Amino acid sequence: MKLTVKTFGVARDVMGGKEVVIETYGNLVLDLRKELILKYPELEKLRSLFIAVNQSYSEETTELKETDEIALIPPVSGG
Amino acid sequence: MIEITDQPINRDKLIKATESAEAGALNVFIGTVRAKTSEKKVILLEYECYEPMAKSEIEKIIIQATTRWPVLKVAISHRIGILKIGEEAVVVAVSTPHRKESFEACQFIIDSLKQTVPIWKKEIFDGGEEWVSAHP
Repeated sequence: MKLTVKTFGVARDVMGGKEVVIETYGNLVLDLRKELILKYPELEKLRSLFIAVNQSYSEETTELKETDEIALIPPVSGG
Repeated sequence: MIEITDQPINRDKLIKATESAEAGALNVFIGTVRAKTSEKKVILLEYECYEPMAKSEIEKIIIQATTRWPVLKVAISHRIGILKIGEEAVVVAVSTPHRKESFEACQFIIDSLKQTVPIWKKEIFDGGEEWVSAHP
């Protein structure tokens, strides 16, 4: 399925767009993560990379739909 | 009160928002832009935010603080966009009946904010820039 992924911070620099469409072959967060790392190996070098689904941190086994709001959360550094 | 703003933070507004007749303490933390990290001299900071999620994560932190301490009111403002040295990046104001819990709750809130809220800081140096804490 085709997932639209919002990018922020260093992840945007790596992926080169505010939103990037990723084609996955499974419907879990871990399937999306696998595709992301394949396509953008630089993401694996980050200290952490969480995936938010509908504005909440997800689990690796969270199921995804094409209509979900998905965002990549590289290491946060607010404050 | 939770605010994400690209304008200078109005700390008086936050303090007003946390005033309460039951409060014996009103604790305010102000995070400011430092001129130096490790060896490099910082010229500017740029903050970016995933705003709807940032607000809901801040709400979760406030709920956690309220279950641990007798928090009366909380006001949090985080600045985004380009900031110069010395400017205020974040202000946390907490009111409680007594001072000890106001310090503890305020520290918990700012520490948690730095760990979970999707806000990112880029340091801009003379001749380079870097997202803070991005790499190990």
